[in-house]
Amino acid sequence: MWAVWLDRWQFGFTTVYHFLFVPLTIGLAFLISVMETMYVTKHDIMYRRMAQFWGKLFLINFALGVVTGIMQEFQFGMNWSNYSRFVGDVFGAPLAIESLAAFFLESAFIGTWLFGWDKLPPKIHVLSIWMVTIGVSLSAFWILTANSFMQEPVGYVMSHGRAHMNSFGALITNPQFRVEFPHVWFGALTTGSFFVAGVSAYYLLRRREIPLFAQSFRIAVYTGLIASVLVAVIGHAQGQHLIKAQPMKMAASEALWHTSPYHAPWSLVAWIDAKDHRNPFDIEIPYALSILSYNHTYGSVPGIEELQEQYVSKYGPGNYVPSVWVTFWTFRVMVLAGSLMIFLAMYGAFRGLRDDEGLAKRRQYLRIMPWAISLPFIANSTGWIMTEMGRQPWAVNGLLKTADSISPTVGVPLVWTTIIGFGIVYAAFAVVDVYLFVTFIKKGPDPERGPEEMDAEALQPAFEP
Amino acid sequence: MSLNVLWFIIITVLFTGFFVLEGFDFGVGIIAPFLGKTDEQRRLLINSIGPFWDANEVWFISAGAGMFAAFPDWYATLFSGFYIPLFLLLIALMARGVAFEFRSKLSHARWRTFWDWAAFAGSLLPPMLWGIALSNLMRGVPIDAHMNYVGGFWNLINPYAVLGGISMALLCLLHGSLFLTLRLSGDLRVRARAAAKRIGVWTTISMFLFVIYSYFQTDLFVKVGLDPGSLPVLAGMTLISVPFLIFTEHDGWAFILSALTIACSTATVFYDLFPRVMISSLNPAWDLTIYNAASGPYALTVMSIVALSILPVVFIYQGWTYWVFRKRLDVGGHLDY
Repeated sequence: MWAVWLDRWQFGFTTVYHFLFVPLTIGLAFLISVMETMYVTKHDIMYRRMAQFWGKLFLINFALGVVTGIMQEFQFGMNWSNYSRFVGDVFGAPLAIESLAAFFLESAFIGTWLFGWDKLPPKIHVLSIWMVTIGVSLSAFWILTANSFMQEPVGYVMSHGRAHMNSFGALITNPQFRVEFPHVWFGALTTGSFFVAGVSAYYLLRRREIPLFAQSFRIAVYTGLIASVLVAVIGHAQGQHLIKAQPMKMAASEALWHTSPYHAPWSLVAWIDAKDHRNPFDIEIPYALSILSYNHTYGSVPGIEELQEQYVSKYGPGNYVPSVWVTFWTFRVMVLAGSLMIFLAMYGAFRGLRDDEGLAKRRQYLRIMPWAISLPFIANSTGWIMTEMGRQPWAVNGLLKTADSISPTVGVPLVWTTIIGFGIVYAAFAVVDVYLFVTFIKKGPDPERGPEEMDAEALQPAFEP
Repeated sequence: MSLNVLWFIIITVLFTGFFVLEGFDFGVGIIAPFLGKTDEQRRLLINSIGPFWDANEVWFISAGAGMFAAFPDWYATLFSGFYIPLFLLLIALMARGVAFEFRSKLSHARWRTFWDWAAFAGSLLPPMLWGIALSNLMRGVPIDAHMNYVGGFWNLINPYAVLGGISMALLCLLHGSLFLTLRLSGDLRVRARAAAKRIGVWTTISMFLFVIYSYFQTDLFVKVGLDPGSLPVLAGMTLISVPFLIFTEHDGWAFILSALTIACSTATVFYDLFPRVMISSLNPAWDLTIYNAASGPYALTVMSIVALSILPVVFIYQGWTYWVFRKRLDVGGHLDY
């Protein structure tokens, strides 16, 4: 049991840590692509400085995303060898495609982008950052194809006690994937947007480089508004799919111990007593759970105890209830963070319509925005914790339990070794990363790298007709 | 040719690409603290691989992911079995990646020195660990009837494997110094060439000892007889010719031939393994082969179509990045790292 517990902790902490950097990478890559495209189309040097400033922060973040990602690729083999043997035939394919199609693309073009400012014509240079954006998005596409299989196995057949792929098409049109990918991808855009908006607000408050950061703020906040609203809309569709595909996760995320009445109320907050299967304290909104689940005021939602009985008769004796406390609260924290982001983005988009000075005067709002950078990270992490812990005890829903997935030959001391090793290294990286971010944000756009005259000169030949 | 064989070849190609490409940036990382006397010189050395190292590393990730998709049991046995070496490898790769990216972000001398040595250790450890891993793969490791590795960490550290590790590191070091003669100019270029001369001798000695040792430690002799076939002979010939080419200052040819040495050596290892992917030292019946460790025919078909259509495109655009940054780095120029 210790080994399973440790393996899960290791996977959990390394993956949540990795996913702090990934959405910021995707979001920032997209926003920098937009900024540099504006530079190339408008021929305005400000956008070049803008792209370079955000590019610097992007690279600090990208480095950690890349190196923690190497770990992700190999830990299935290290700690989860039985899992790898069981699903490799299906699950390995999207991972390999991710590497061939996405990792090569992003790593080659981040090189030409970073080192190519003076070597490539602007149009090819901007293409490089778009290639990075496509690369990181493809990476999300394929890894989420793999994850969707764990949530909702499709396109496979069982033989010799293992899953074998029999339909690649089914794998990439997995109904779970169709809601999961856009939810995560727009969540990543929201993350990048709130980062740019928050850092821009910091500068606007200090009245430094107002034109550059007012415009950065606008680009970010409009992207953030569209993306955060779409995250919520798709999230709603995800919930409605969840009730069909993984009703136990749904029930756990609502702390619904017994099947709900015909008009299902929704618990806003609850005190959960997991031992006696009841919620001693509960604030309920009538009809809301039916509406969330079916878009009607009616429709009952199956409860944990009923589903447990059903699963025991289907899969044999065992406990099929995930941690209700974690699933319930991570879901609520995610929704709260998401709602706050929509609200802040709406207000910011409204303010962004004003001129630069008008924007810089909303000091109350600008003071909130740097703190709001934490919101997308909270939402990303809690969302993943909810979806992964809500699937327990399964590693692959209905097919393979987490406890049966671990490496039989990797003992507890070995896992302790790596968990401590990665823990120390990751903690050190976090300190360095935050320190560099703060240093570079305080320093601001680099005048050395972009004195207007020099850049304008460098620009001349490329733009002469 | 069956798809299992095709996938064995694809994995071999990916590993070969990894060792040839990442080989030189490992070498540059190892030699940088010694060759670079001033901060600018060290920066020049790191910048010489700046646009390339990340994409080079993806060859390894692709090889690993390809193993997962095509030979899940190979992936599972190897990485759960070689647990501590893989852990060290991952830490090393993390350290060097972050080191390149962060080193010149701040100007404190101590900060930069720290990352220089992180890049050094992070570049030295991986080729050593890979040498150790490949030697053990050829030699055979204790694998039980359920495809599980049952030896410990120290089982992997035997004299043969250690020699393999040293040879691999030297090979990368040589390859890296030759790469520097193509990317740098002036004083640094001359010193890189001088370093390559000395390293070349040691690499050749180490590699030939390793090959001789291999005849005693692996079943290469049983498998191919005294004549090892054209691949290892080619590897040996290219390696011997490198010092002459350095001496006559044919830097480009020297680099190409050291690349060929690495490619032929990698191919030899995989050729020796074929059709096995992991040899069980306990019982030949428990070997992992390209058949009993493989995914089903459907998955292999899908993955073959995907890999054969994507890889040529990767070759083209990665080749293009080398073309973009073909110019030598000059003292006094702008440096991004």
